[in-house]
Amino acid sequence: MKYCIIITLLLSCVMYSQNCNHSLEGYVLDFHNGEPIAGATLKIENSQLHTISDSNGKFIINNLCESFIELIVSHISCDKKTVEIDIKNNIQTTIYLEHHIEELEMIAIKGNNSNNGAISAQKEKIDKKIIDNFSSESLGTILKQAKGVSSINTGNKIVKPVINGLHSSRIAIMNNNVRMEDQEWGIEHAPNIDVNAIDNITVIKGSNALAYAGDAIGGIVVLKPLRYLNKDTLYGKTIAGFQSNGLGYNLNSMLSKNFKNGWFANGNVGYKQNGDLKSPDYNLTNTGAKSFSGSVIMGYQKFEYGFEANLSYIDNTMGILSASHIGNVGDLVNAIDNAEPRIINDFSYTVNSPKQEVSHLLGKINFYKRFSALGKLSIQYDYQNNHRFEFDKRIGDDRNKPAVDLELITQNLKSDLMIDKFDNSTIYLGVTGRYQENIANPETGVRRLIPDYEKMDVSIYGIWNTIFNDKLKTDFGVRYDYNFIDAQKYYKTSRWEERGYSEDFSDFIVDDLGTQLLTNPIFVYHNISLSAGLIYSINKNNDLIFNYGLSSRPPNPSELFSDGLHHSAARIELGDLRLTKEISNRVGLSYQLETNKINLSVDTFINQINDFIYLKPTGTQTTIRGAFPVWEYFKTNASLVGIDTSIDYQFTKLWSLNSSFSYVYGQNTEEDIPLIDIPAFKLNNAINYKLKKWNHLNVRLAHEWVGRQNRYPNYNFETYIPTTGEYVEVDISTPPDAYQLIHLFGDVTFLFNHEFNLNFMIGITNIFNTNYREYLNRLRYYADDTGRNITIQIKFNY
Amino acid sequence: MKNYIKLVSITLFTLLFVACSSDDDAAPEPVNEEELITTMIVTLSNGPDQVVLYYQDIDGEDGPGAEILTVSGPLTANTTYDGAIRLLNESDEEVEEITEEIEEEDDEHQFFYTIGTGLDVATEYEDEDENGNPVGLSFTLTTGAASSGSLTFTLQHEPTKPNDGLDVAGGETDIEKSFDLVVQ
Repeated sequence: MKYCIIITLLLSCVMYSQNCNHSLEGYVLDFHNGEPIAGATLKIENSQLHTISDSNGKFIINNLCESFIELIVSHISCDKKTVEIDIKNNIQTTIYLEHHIEELEMIAIKGNNSNNGAISAQKEKIDKKIIDNFSSESLGTILKQAKGVSSINTGNKIVKPVINGLHSSRIAIMNNNVRMEDQEWGIEHAPNIDVNAIDNITVIKGSNALAYAGDAIGGIVVLKPLRYLNKDTLYGKTIAGFQSNGLGYNLNSMLSKNFKNGWFANGNVGYKQNGDLKSPDYNLTNTGAKSFSGSVIMGYQKFEYGFEANLSYIDNTMGILSASHIGNVGDLVNAIDNAEPRIINDFSYTVNSPKQEVSHLLGKINFYKRFSALGKLSIQYDYQNNHRFEFDKRIGDDRNKPAVDLELITQNLKSDLMIDKFDNSTIYLGVTGRYQENIANPETGVRRLIPDYEKMDVSIYGIWNTIFNDKLKTDFGVRYDYNFIDAQKYYKTSRWEERGYSEDFSDFIVDDLGTQLLTNPIFVYHNISLSAGLIYSINKNNDLIFNYGLSSRPPNPSELFSDGLHHSAARIELGDLRLTKEISNRVGLSYQLETNKINLSVDTFINQINDFIYLKPTGTQTTIRGAFPVWEYFKTNASLVGIDTSIDYQFTKLWSLNSSFSYVYGQNTEEDIPLIDIPAFKLNNAINYKLKKWNHLNVRLAHEWVGRQNRYPNYNFETYIPTTGEYVEVDISTPPDAYQLIHLFGDVTFLFNHEFNLNFMIGITNIFNTNYREYLNRLRYYADDTGRNITIQIKFNY
Repeated sequence: MKNYIKLVSITLFTLLFVACSSDDDAAPEPVNEEELITTMIVTLSNGPDQVVLYYQDIDGEDGPGAEILTVSGPLTANTTYDGAIRLLNESDEEVEEITEEIEEEDDEHQFFYTIGTGLDVATEYEDEDENGNPVGLSFTLTTGAASSGSLTFTLQHEPTKPNDGLDVAGGETDIEKSFDLVVQ
């Protein structure tokens, strides 16, 4: 088509050149901010006519014939642009020039780093190399590589991130700009993420990234997929791995096709499986797991506009340690007293009950357009379907029936505008609408843990980033969230009365079924969040960063509505309809030093949370199974104070050292006792050796020391054991001892040519097969953690 | 200006989308609690002499409701009683016989009888599963001299079978209930 135009144009020039006193004048302006571009060259194709724009961006070309011309506009730091103009009279025009692709990439990367506005937030980055090395692991395990991030586990495969002592609903996970809605309220609900589809991870501590969420008072995990380049290329990657512990294997393949004209497509598929894991002394029966995942992304990207469509699916089946499924508190006492779990069978890949089967489907479509002298507008729609089955040990016809069958459907529409026309300021504005529905299947024959509900959220935010001078940058953000939740829950009449709801919430009652009441609780929350921060560069190497965040989190469905026996924890958990939102005030102060040899980073924070929601034992209840402790959700005021420090020291070109530690002090200030489940002091050291000429050899010897958590609340209780006729204390509080582990990793890369390379990695974790139990693993009462594991992994890049 | 119009229309569209997501207020079905044991009835009989141990927790494990625990009368000294255990789910109008489910999977279940200090009685299993191991739904209870104390019934799911008693049987506890008995 283009050729046709040129040919036509040539013909027209030759054949019809008569009236040659027209002029073309106008301005050359910067697309971004609309400012004039001086010194741009304007040349007419196939002619000698040319000119240069002046300091106002103005240009004029005289003596033009009546014709169809191609005007080529170029500038040293901009992309060459061709404009077709039909010359009939004197013509006036404005030409917008874009920056070079490399510069755009720079802007994009700068944009990446700023995380939609929160430039002063305390952040940790995890790059692709680390993600690839943990290809067979869960997201939670990878996140632990960042300082200040630990995890709360149910066994070895159900791993939830803990940021500065906070987890679950207090953390938002943004997966390719979609907020994950996967029933994150439960401690045994791990994020449903395929780590192989991620290119890089940023962990933002605290609530300062207001573009993403207003209720993430713990922090935000931002997962970004691969970036696509506008050039003709086809590339891919395949990772195959084997793990000795649990005889696990994983296979993942990615293929990406990009075109110079802006189109791109990418596909990713993976499968992994492991059998029963092993602690140093025994098999951890029923800890097998398998996971299938796949995703496709396609789209079109130009500087001015583009779109992306993404569909991803993951299906996880995870066994839960057989011995951890207990009948009553007496069984728990036996488990705590015995060094070994009560069920130890031979190795198997079979996953029996108790187990979880969770699938997550995510679809998204996103458009963007840049407006000259304004910025970039994007609109996104996303759909998520999270379906969770939990299987307990059951009898009779119910044996293969799930005890939990919850489907959570979330739809989200959002629009963001980035205004980058100002030289020293960037403004981000956005609005989001979300509709969520939870469907609890009654066919389970077990009372619903989480009721059916509908939830609507609307939010609006604005963030303003300013660069004052070389030394000082600031950011300021504000966000408003409206939450509406409409639930339909059955309460046992006896529970409804025992909770005292009949006085306060009698208008919620819809139907009385005798022993049960159908209720319709409706709650509305209005939340305001604020963030403010500044970065002060003392000099080229030293930065001081200060930030403040105010955020609120409304109680989640579990905190409001729980009322039942939680088998894996052997306790009755009771929610409270009277709970109100948590309000967090967090102040962070960081210092960063960056030189050729040393990278030092110190993050400190104080997080004061009013009406902090937590579980506390309040007594015991006798049932036909025996006695169970009753844990109720309460609110209190909490204080979290902590420090995360890391230092990287490059001794020589070959040798380097990393060292980091994290500590959180968590206090229930109302009762003046420590908070439960606060991670213990953690110290990590590693020595690295890199030898490029020897096939890019990397060797890393790592040491991990986790202290004993000496600050814990004493929630022990007494229970009567009828078989012995005695009262015994159930010690659920005392944390396990400190432990240290040594790990060794090595990898070499064989470069065959610039398009094909092969990376071979071997890793040994827990080299000395140390026995240990971790305070934040909920199965610590039942069994030791996993022993030595040797991972062998081959990665092809092609 | 055009840009701002677009922006406003997008915002409105977003709000409209939220507003349109109207709810259908169909009430969810109530859950029929299955395999819940609300009631245990232990009948001890020697001819016309019958003693019934009764336990009921009608709102189940989750409910805070008051439990009923009764013993119909004293046992006679130096007597052998035939014991039978019956388990029910009475949470719904349609009463479910849990005893039958235990019988169907008797190789995975076993009752244990723990005699508290002071009580002078002895028990013996009177039934077997397909492997010839005791189940304990029927048993004999032989009383000795006049005495009093507790008798605890424990039902274990998936214990090691055969075993040498509750301490080593393992498995998880489905029932654990004590009754105070008097022998006279």
